[in-house]
Amino acid sequence: MNISHEWLKAFVPHALTAEQLRDLMTAHVATVEGFERTRAELEPFVVAQVIESERIPETRLSFNKVDDGSGTLLEVVCGAPNVTVGAKYPFARSGTTMPGGMLIERRKIRGFASNGMLCSPRELGLGDDHDGILELRTDAPTGTPLLEVMPLSDVRLVMDVLPNRPDLLSHQGVARDVAAVTGVATQLPPELTGIPATPTAMRGDTSAVSGGVSVRLESVADCPRYCAVVIRGLTVGPSPDWLRRRIEAIGSRSINNVVDATNYVLHGFGQPVHAFDLSKLAGNAIVVRRARAGESLTTLDGTARKLDPSMLVIADEEQATALAGIMGGQPSEVSASTTDVLLEVATFAPKVVRGARRALGLSTDASYRYERGIDDAAVSRTADIAAGLIALVGGGTIALKLDVGADVAARPPVSLKPERVSRLLGDAVSADETARLLQSLGFAVVASEAEFRVTPPSWRHDVSRDVDLVEEVARLRGYDRLPDALTGARPSTVPDHPLHLIAHRVRQALAGRGLLEVRPLPYTRGSAVAADALVRVRNPIGDDEPFLRQELLFTLGRRAEYNLSRMQGDVRIFEIGTAFLSGANGAVKEEIRVGALIMGARRPRHFTEPEPPPFDAWDAKALAEAIAHATWPGARVVLVAGEADLLWSVMVEGTDRGSVCAVPLDAPVWAKRAFGIEITLGKMPAMPVAARGAHDYSHGVAQGPSRTPVRYAALPVHPAAEFDLALIVPDAVAAATVEETIRGTAGELLETLVVFDEYRGEGLPAGTRSLAWRLTFRHPERTLRDKEIEGRRAQLLKTLHTEIGVVARTN
Amino acid sequence: MTDPALTLNEFTAALGSFEAEAGPAVAAATEADALEAVRAKYLGRAHGWLKDLSAKLGQLPKADRAAAGAAFNEVRLRVEATLDARRVALAPVRDAGALADPTMPARETWPGGVHPVTQVIDEMIEIFRELGFTVALGPEAESPWYNFGSLNFPADHPAMDLHDTLYLSDDLVLRTHTSPVQVRTLQAYPPPIRVLIPGNVHRRDPFDASHAPTFAQVEGLVVDEGISFADLKATLTHFANRFFGATKTRFRPSYFPFTEPSAEMDVLCGVCRGSGCGVCKQSGWIEILGSGLVHPAVLESAGVDSEKYTGWAFGMGPARTALARHGIPDIRLLYDSDVRFLGQFAK
Ligand SMILES: [Zn+2]
Repeated sequence: MNISHEWLKAFVPHALTAEQLRDLMTAHVATVEGFERTRAELEPFVVAQVIESERIPETRLSFNKVDDGSGTLLEVVCGAPNVTVGAKYPFARSGTTMPGGMLIERRKIRGFASNGMLCSPRELGLGDDHDGILELRTDAPTGTPLLEVMPLSDVRLVMDVLPNRPDLLSHQGVARDVAAVTGVATQLPPELTGIPATPTAMRGDTSAVSGGVSVRLESVADCPRYCAVVIRGLTVGPSPDWLRRRIEAIGSRSINNVVDATNYVLHGFGQPVHAFDLSKLAGNAIVVRRARAGESLTTLDGTARKLDPSMLVIADEEQATALAGIMGGQPSEVSASTTDVLLEVATFAPKVVRGARRALGLSTDASYRYERGIDDAAVSRTADIAAGLIALVGGGTIALKLDVGADVAARPPVSLKPERVSRLLGDAVSADETARLLQSLGFAVVASEAEFRVTPPSWRHDVSRDVDLVEEVARLRGYDRLPDALTGARPSTVPDHPLHLIAHRVRQALAGRGLLEVRPLPYTRGSAVAADALVRVRNPIGDDEPFLRQELLFTLGRRAEYNLSRMQGDVRIFEIGTAFLSGANGAVKEEIRVGALIMGARRPRHFTEPEPPPFDAWDAKALAEAIAHATWPGARVVLVAGEADLLWSVMVEGTDRGSVCAVPLDAPVWAKRAFGIEITLGKMPAMPVAARGAHDYSHGVAQGPSRTPVRYAALPVHPAAEFDLALIVPDAVAAATVEETIRGTAGELLETLVVFDEYRGEGLPAGTRSLAWRLTFRHPERTLRDKEIEGRRAQLLKTLHTEIGVVARTN
Repeated sequence: MTDPALTLNEFTAALGSFEAEAGPAVAAATEADALEAVRAKYLGRAHGWLKDLSAKLGQLPKADRAAAGAAFNEVRLRVEATLDARRVALAPVRDAGALADPTMPARETWPGGVHPVTQVIDEMIEIFRELGFTVALGPEAESPWYNFGSLNFPADHPAMDLHDTLYLSDDLVLRTHTSPVQVRTLQAYPPPIRVLIPGNVHRRDPFDASHAPTFAQVEGLVVDEGISFADLKATLTHFANRFFGATKTRFRPSYFPFTEPSAEMDVLCGVCRGSGCGVCKQSGWIEILGSGLVHPAVLESAGVDSEKYTGWAFGMGPARTALARHGIPDIRLLYDSDVRFLGQFAK
């Protein structure tokens, strides 16, 4: 909402500067986001008086002596025909930049020196008048800044008006709040004090007729109130300067006196006004009705629009001629030759306007206000102001007024216990102060027993509960006045969500292992095969990515490709986020997962290792184990080999929690292979916690820690004994099986078991490989004897041979 | 002299014996003097064993001499290399570190890192933890009731336009804010409640330099008996001081359907200290979060007695803070996942 500082002062004659007003509004009313001084380019211009003037022969120029207040008379050549000795004019001293960009310099014209310029309205950017220089009728001494004698300068304040306060969408509305904060009373702007009066209205509940003009409402639910005022014999033409200035001050363009007057009422009073050319209304009739199926209308923006019965139109006896509450139509458009207009000042149901606005995609200043709610009790009075203003600036006479619809019932009062204000704000506010503040905003306050009965004014649509009144008191007093000392608080009953704790551990683990966290968008292209398994956004942001990702690695793969396209081949990224799975009957199941992708050099380059090896599947396996251990501390994690791109499944206590895989990428030849890990950390249930308006505190039982603590093992005091087993292992036997067999046989004194070498090739039977293990044994209470170790070695080799066909390697 | 007394096989066997003996002899030498004696014995130009072997080359048949010479040279080079290596190994060693050029770079591992937005969230959680807050989470696909209805959004009202919504079906939306978790938490746990709710939210916004359709939000909720706006102001001001360093805050009237009264909190612009600059758009203040007392309708949605209990809530966008803190000019950088960008925020 654009507010003109000067216009606002016409409604509430406060003495604040624009800066003070801005800060006051932001603190108490609504945030002022923009602050723009208009006509700032006229600041250097001063009032100057012509002391002497003579014609320069054979030219249209005059040579003048000008007093600009500097103490010396300046010689100035002027081309205007109306230079008058003794008159005062706007003067640009040399060095001044004109609004058009031209720099005024000292120069010689036809041999005469010229030290500045006397200015016409057009040269000052004040209109098209270039017939002569602008004569200033002022008593101000020469040298006075022009802006002090002409009320040209203004400040445009851009206010962020939120949906709950449509009453602030006008200068009058803002003025009411400024009045409440400053204590200065509001007034009718001085420019409106002399407007012609409107005759008494012909009233009707659903229709009215007067002077051959009729108004009929088909549904008072759609249109609760409709005032029509007829002005006859006006002349459409340019607006007077003061009106033009008001319109331009808020950043709009002056069109003509009728349009400008309707805009004045819209921005001044928050009431949309539409002017019809009466002669173009068939039967001189206004019918407010739903559009008929198949009906169409060309609106004032020149667009032909197909209408349907969900939309409300203003029609004459024959056809729709305006979209109610949104925009007028071409059939009844006011033109330069219009002499009789019918002014519409009405209320329309917000829902009907909103529906049509959305269906047609046509938002206007009028629809914006109707959707949010206008001051419906003020319609008749505003109609008089609008009619009077048009008659004032366009001539003509106000012929008649029709006023159809019921009077607005008073709003239901809101109960407020005054002590609740203090309780909610945490600060002592007396009942008197509460009443006084509410009354300053137009609320009617009646004290009864221990509570107030507070009736909101007709322009406030946002007040229905006591807390709404508390807000009024809080903001008028100022939030800054409230105390802000920290006080003690009772501890929360809510335990940390386990998935937050897990995510935190996993994130730290992966960052600690050199991976970079990413937070990409969750949308994907999907693929033809998987389309019905994917969750689709009904109104996606982009048609190319209408799905929510089902796997984090979808997203990470695209991010890796993005990096490759920027010549970044060393990619180590991870994300902890949501995977969206489609469930039965359109349900969406959410899983919180971690995805990680590694590609490229395993370590940074170093002079000792100029070409570090690339990440391979073993690195991915290690990451998967690290994630699983961080997620489920102490749990048994087994990676079970998979097929093709699936390298391993991550089994945690026997449950499949995720996978390690090769990630196929759209990659350049120089890129290394990419490996991915995706592990589900947990599910995020979406079902309701409890019925509406109810709670179910059984969820609130705090869960104890689920992990079994690690048992301490006494630190060794006796030396360990170790030996190696070099084994010939058939390809069909997995290392894990060998390890299992060794562990099963070696007994509890086995401390560590590590495979430290793998060899294939010469010297080994076909279809086998050699694996070398190092076993460490330790007895807690004594040193192991060589004989005991030898015995174990023999037993192990025997078992390995008989159970899994693995034998020792001889050489 | 002329009779060929030696065959090629005999010569290579002699070479083999030479190498088999010389190698271990070199390895067995533990002092420089001993090594020199070994050298003289096997490789000495005057009387060394190798000299003898070279002399025997002439006794071979002419046809075999080339092959024998090549084999001889190979063995000689191998034994000499072994000797050199041993000589280096036995050389007096100074401090091992002093051998290297200490100005050469360290052997690094890849730096890992937490995303700048997560860093902001984690810091917020740390500060609020000290004030007794725990962390609650909720689903991203929500029912319209949790996302709007329970939060006092008037049906078919312009307030809905504040949240341009992505729909999955008639009865499922992508949550437009983390506030639905307020209601879920209030339904599941009895007061007193003090929770922080981080999470991703979704709006039908274009993806440009200053907007993203998915972004993180951090919500806070406090509900107990006797909670007031003064508590809200005190807690959030404390947070601002901890998070942004000693600073000033201001609270402005605002509007959210689910809070009443509602207020926006700004902190004094750290760049210009309030005098106005490009960073704060000349206002002297930086907008940080929206807040307010929990609307009684929200408490009632969750079955909480709105006469007995009161509360406050706030919502903040950590991405905005991350952009401002690091001087990141385009929000899309947070999503692109360029490793060069992410690496700048790695530890
Ligand atoms: Zn600043």
